[in-house]
Amino acid sequence: MSVVAVRHGAVTYGGRHVLRDVSFEVATGQVVAILGANGSGKSTLVRTILGLVPLAGGEIDLFGTPRARFRTWARIGYVPQRIGAGSGVPATVGEVVASGRLARRGIFRPARAADRDAVRAALEDVGLLDRINDPVTTLSGGQQQRTLIARALAGRPDLLVLDEPTAGVDAASQEAFAAVLGRFAERGGTILLVAHELGPLEPLIDKAVVVHDGRIAYEGRVPEPAGHHAAPGHDHVHPHAEPERPAICVAPTDRLPAN
Amino acid sequence: MDLFQYDFMIRALVGALIIGLTAPALGIYLVQRRLSLIGDGIGHVALTGVGVGLLLQQSPVLTAVIVSVVGAIGVELVRERGRTSGDLALALLFYGGIAGGVVLVGLSDSNSGNLVQYLFGSLITTTRADVIVIAVLGVAVLVAMLALRPALFAVCNDEEYAKVSGLPVRTLNLLLAVTTAVTVTIAMRTVGLLLVSALMVVPVAAAQQVTRGFRTTMAVAMLIGVVAAAAGVTVSGEVDTPPGATIVILAIAVFLAITVGSTVWRVVRQRMNLDGNHQHAEPSDVVLQAGAR
Repeated sequence: MSVVAVRHGAVTYGGRHVLRDVSFEVATGQVVAILGANGSGKSTLVRTILGLVPLAGGEIDLFGTPRARFRTWARIGYVPQRIGAGSGVPATVGEVVASGRLARRGIFRPARAADRDAVRAALEDVGLLDRINDPVTTLSGGQQQRTLIARALAGRPDLLVLDEPTAGVDAASQEAFAAVLGRFAERGGTILLVAHELGPLEPLIDKAVVVHDGRIAYEGRVPEPAGHHAAPGHDHVHPHAEPERPAICVAPTDRLPAN
Repeated sequence: MDLFQYDFMIRALVGALIIGLTAPALGIYLVQRRLSLIGDGIGHVALTGVGVGLLLQQSPVLTAVIVSVVGAIGVELVRERGRTSGDLALALLFYGGIAGGVVLVGLSDSNSGNLVQYLFGSLITTTRADVIVIAVLGVAVLVAMLALRPALFAVCNDEEYAKVSGLPVRTLNLLLAVTTAVTVTIAMRTVGLLLVSALMVVPVAAAQQVTRGFRTTMAVAMLIGVVAAAAGVTVSGEVDTPPGATIVILAIAVFLAITVGSTVWRVVRQRMNLDGNHQHAEPSDVVLQAGAR
């Protein structure tokens, strides 16, 4: 059975076609990476799958149920690109991760021992259990990202959806990330992630879907990096002089920080 | 002299204590989602409700609740759409609210001193019926804010994540809008419409100087709120100052004291670490490495 199925999906934003005729599937237990340049529509694609962006045409099924009728959101663990607005009000790592239990326990039932255990287990998994009572603002960027993964894991989901989990994250945290995702996949979990550079995540990926200009340009094994992209430690700030293989080539702006 | 031998002082104190607890318990969510000034805006809108009540010779508290709830829902719907024109829409709503209120109060038979009481609060205007309304609505708001804390925290901290968790985000947002309107209205007798927002925000701002988590911030903010409210009413009765302004000034004094105190404490602790043993430098390195695992 497919965990995510998109058929002829289309998204328009202010009259502009952001996604057109997108079809692909994520099977149970698969680790799928959506690749593409900034502005290619790859983030929009996962946000549409999650219901954060309205679908202008086509269909999306989650766990075999049309998205409009899908209610078992606890089966999905979402890891956004960065920690929420994070205003001045302090919140501990434990409090943020505990939000991940709400999909399971509902909003009226107070937290029980099982909820607290799940929070601790998730933090243990990402290696941040010793920071459970620290304010999230005292964590490094990579540690904050791991907090968000722990929040998603705390709900014991079947599918993890990650939006650029390694963007702007230090190398040590990227390795920690890959290890956490590897363990999740080993337990039979399904992963759908958006990235423009896989780094240490690459060995985990079963299937790559490359989005270019709102369409799926490639679907299959992770494409081999070509030209300058193959060089270790390269950063994509150089303009691409010669056209490289369009399915893999990403626009020169894709290394600009997101903010 | 015992001020609290007078019934009106008891009523004012009870009203202020309920507001002192309720306003920060709600305000922490508004601060968290960067809507610190929304209470002020709703206060403007509530004035139109007061005007309607005075004109129709109905209870101003009741009409203010109705009008400000409608206004707050309107504000939430504008915010939800996230348009840039939303900023202007809010400005129109707020200034329309206060202008409408002033005109309506002017049209009614009541004098202008009445208007000032609603804007800045008064010790002597809280009637027995008002106290009952304040107690019932205040406790309802307080229970909702405490019981739904995990869900409201999730929505205010990361609205998109809350949506993907399947939480009723829209209902929770509307709940916050309605409870903001209710809190503004029940606070208007003692604290006044123009100052109630301060009691939602200042205790939270003070508490978060020294707290590390959301739950402790909420508890400390409510403590500051209730102490400022009790002290404010007492001082106001003793030296005959407007109660709302007195409560707010005391809350700001607490904010300043905590800010200065925590800064001094940090500096002193740093000095002690530097002067004392230098081996503190080593463990911090180890902690960093452990964190980067």
